[in-house]
Order: sequence, then C-alpha cells, then structure tokens
Amino acid sequence: MLGQPLIEIDHVEKSFHNTVVLRDISMKITKGECACIIGPSGSGKSTLLRCINALVPVSRGSIIVDGIQVNDPNLDKLALRRKVGIVFQQYNLFPHKTAIQNIAMAPINVLGRPKEESYERARQLLAKVKLSEKADAYPGELSGGQQQRVAIARSLAMNPLVMLFDEVTAALDPETKKEVLFTIRDLAAEGMTCILVTHEMGFASEVADHVYFTDGGMIVESGTPTDIFKAAQNDRTRAFLSQVL
Amino acid sequence: MKALPPNSLPVLLTPTRPALEPLPAFTTFVQSRALAIILVGGFILSCGISAALSAGATQPQPSILDVLLKWAPLIGGGFLFNIAVSIASMAIGTLSGVLLGLGQISPSRPIAKISWFLTQFFRNSPWLVLLFFVMFLLPFELKLGSLTLPLPAWFKAIIGLALPVMANVAEIVRGGIKSIPFSQWESAESLAFSRRQILWQIILPQAFKRMIPPWMNLYAILTMATTLISVVGIQDSMTLTKAALVAEGRLDLYLPFYTMLLLMFFAYCYPIARLTQSLERRVAVKF
Repeated sequence: MLGQPLIEIDHVEKSFHNTVVLRDISMKITKGECACIIGPSGSGKSTLLRCINALVPVSRGSIIVDGIQVNDPNLDKLALRRKVGIVFQQYNLFPHKTAIQNIAMAPINVLGRPKEESYERARQLLAKVKLSEKADAYPGELSGGQQQRVAIARSLAMNPLVMLFDEVTAALDPETKKEVLFTIRDLAAEGMTCILVTHEMGFASEVADHVYFTDGGMIVESGTPTDIFKAAQNDRTRAFLSQVL
Repeated sequence: MKALPPNSLPVLLTPTRPALEPLPAFTTFVQSRALAIILVGGFILSCGISAALSAGATQPQPSILDVLLKWAPLIGGGFLFNIAVSIASMAIGTLSGVLLGLGQISPSRPIAKISWFLTQFFRNSPWLVLLFFVMFLLPFELKLGSLTLPLPAWFKAIIGLALPVMANVAEIVRGGIKSIPFSQWESAESLAFSRRQILWQIILPQAFKRMIPPWMNLYAILTMATTLISVVGIQDSMTLTKAALVAEGRLDLYLPFYTMLLLMFFAYCYPIARLTQSLERRVAVKF
C-alpha cells in the first residue's frame, strides 16, 4: 500500500459567494505521511482541511479519501468522518461532559461500541496524551494545552485513518504548546497519517515529510522541509519565511 | 453539512446574561425587605385612606378588615383557580412551544418556515385578542361521532393563553440552541454524530440550563396575565373581587380589595422572579 495515495486532492476550488478561497489545490498524501501546510492567514488553509472531511463542500475539483469521493453529492458524510479526525484551534470539547466522557462518547454513540470497552480505550488514550489523572475533570477545569490533548484523544478514539490539525497550538502559550506538539510528533512517529496547518515552522521542519506553502488559495511551492525552509525557489515563499523564521 | 449557519437569524433572546449585575447578598436582603415594607405599608395605608373616607358615613358599617377577611377565602379560591389555569397553560404552551422551537431549526425548509411564521404570529399578537379569538373560534362542544365532548369556557381560556406561551417558549428554545457556539456543532459533526444525536446529546443539554430562567420568567408573566380571563366571563380571582365589591356596594373597599388581590399575585410571582435571577447568575458563571 505504501506509495498509494490515501488522500487525493485534485484541482479543488472553493468560493464563498464571491470570495474565492481556494483557487486550484492539488495534493497527494500517502499513508503514514505527515504533511504540513504553511502560509499567511487567509490563504485558505483551514478551509482546505474542512473540505477534506466535508464540513465545507468544495465548489469544483475532486477529493478522494481512502476511496470515498468527498465531492460526491450523495456522499455518506458519516462514513467519511469516521475515517477522518480533526482537531480545532479552539479545542471545542463538549463542556457538559468530563474528559473521559468526551473521548468515549463518539465510540459509544456513533460506532455502537460497548460502554466498558469504550471507557477502557478512552483511559488508554488519556494515558497516551499523559492526562490519566484528569479523566473526571470537566473541560472548564483544564488548561488550554490539556483541553487540546483531550481533543486529540477524542479524535483518536474513532480510530481515524488520517488526522487533521487546524492550527491546534495557535491559542496556546509557548509552554503548553510544547505538550501538544510532542503529542502530535509521537503520533506522526507511530505512522499516523497527519495533515497539519500550522504556524510552527520549527515543528513543521522537524516532523513533516512534505511541506506545502499556500498563498491566495494556491499552493505556491511544495517539497521536503529542506527544500522549503532551506532552499525555497519562489520569491513569495522566501518573503513569507523571512518574516516568520 | 452546514446544519446551522451561525447568526442566520437574529438571536432575539440571550438567556445567558442576566439583565442586571448580580447584587451583593446584603443589598438584596435590604431591598427585598424594603419592598415588603412598602407593599404592606401601602396596604395598611390604603385601608386607612378608605377608613378615613368612610368616616363620615351615617350608618354603622363593619370595619374594612372584617369585610376583607369575610371575602378573602372566596377570592383566595379564585386566585388558586388562576394558578391552576397558569399551570395548565404553561404545560400545554411548553410542550407545543418546544416542538415549534425545534421546528424552526429543522433542516426541512417548509417545516422551518411554517414554525417561524406561527411563532412570529402568536408572539406578536395581543394576549387578550388571542384569548377572544380562541373563545369564539372553538365551539362550546366537540362532536366525535356519537360522543359529545363539552368544551367549557375555562378550557378554551387555557388554550387561548397557551398560544402566546407556545410562541414565547419556541423563541426561548430557538434562542437557547442558537446561543451554543457553532463550533460545538462542527466538532460533533466531524466525530460523525448524526444531526439528531448532536441536537439531543450535545446541544440541548447545554442549552437547557440557559432556557430555564427565561422560561420561569415567562411563567411569572403568564400567571399575572391569567387575570385576562375575567374579561371573557370566567370566574377567577379578578371576577370574584369585582363581584364582592358590587355585593358590598362600598366605595371605600375598592382600594383595599384590589390591593389584597395584587398582594396575592405578588406573593406568588416575586419568589419566582428571585429564583429566576439567582438561576441566571448561576448559569452565567458557567462557560
């Protein structure tokens, strides 16, 4: 299977009313790959992630995730979303449920798994994100970094094929940022297919197999981290990197 | 799936924020005591004024207090009837209002449109006009085959009052649901929850807390509005007060009698208002 793309994004365009957000995006993500999307705000990075799990419908082009045609009008959204996990910038945990309930809820209600098994798995995932002692805490009682790690565990509980991370550290301070980034790094190292939208250039160059630089709804340049961070060809890429590095 | 575009409709109700800053306990205590003193004082004063007015009367008359006490059980009974009507109207209005509120956020366009129209229609009509409307619209009896069900006036009055309650509950439900951030829908959707699951397991449990204070507020308003049924000829506390005054035929009794009626409603509605305020404060602290 290696080399076979798990996600194929082909000439995708997206506009909201008259605003064009994605002009022409194509990328192929293979199983186990970690792709980082970088670029200035408003370049359509988050929209692209939302297109992949059909939170936002594409205007033109095609997206295939593990054989599922995402732009199909008769798409089984629930089937797609079982394969694609997404973690948001603002964590978006369910505030009326404890950490462990947040994690076990979807497996029980969506996948129909037995309660015992789901809670056991939730406990394992909490241990994985190093939050075992916070199982019964409500989101309001957790720090931003802790909430984000619970959110990652919540997505993992669905056993997704691919994880999307939408600027997951943007709302965190440098210290808690690290906890979350380590969690993601471990995931990538275990072979989880990851697509990250991030402003953490250091992190991107460390974990990414592939880096995409987007601007104005287009992929301006892509390549290995070395290609992009050390030897960018495009002027726009170089200008952007000189601002952030 | 864009289940709920954020802010597609103006949120008319924001049940999360209390209208007033929470008062410190001491001030609140002093205030409610002051209020009680003013009310009871007003009552005594009204009796006094009435007594003074009737001082010049030639015939010996029973004292105002004696007359009040004589009629109090009857009027009190009528007041309990008002409460019963308010509870029944609230129950019917809440059940239908919840359905109407959920209907407004339905993904089916016709259902959403019809629910929206019904809500707006009944929310923006005078309660008294609606009451008359229902009194004359519904027949006095209902024929179901060989069975004849009488529709007494009190029953029609309950329906008449339930209509505006329904529309207001619908807005409370819709506003409560809309007050939950759209990101909650989004994250639940991306965990493959169905729309129904999201609504019942994630959105409504959070929105419910926020709906309770405005719902209680509405109940207090309804209770006070039940006196409207006296206008359509139902023997409630208002009608009985009027009847008592006619029977006594003394001008000096008007002020004390209506003050007594006011106090009954106040004694019932004010605690509800206080409870609502404290609940609002508690809900506001969360999140």
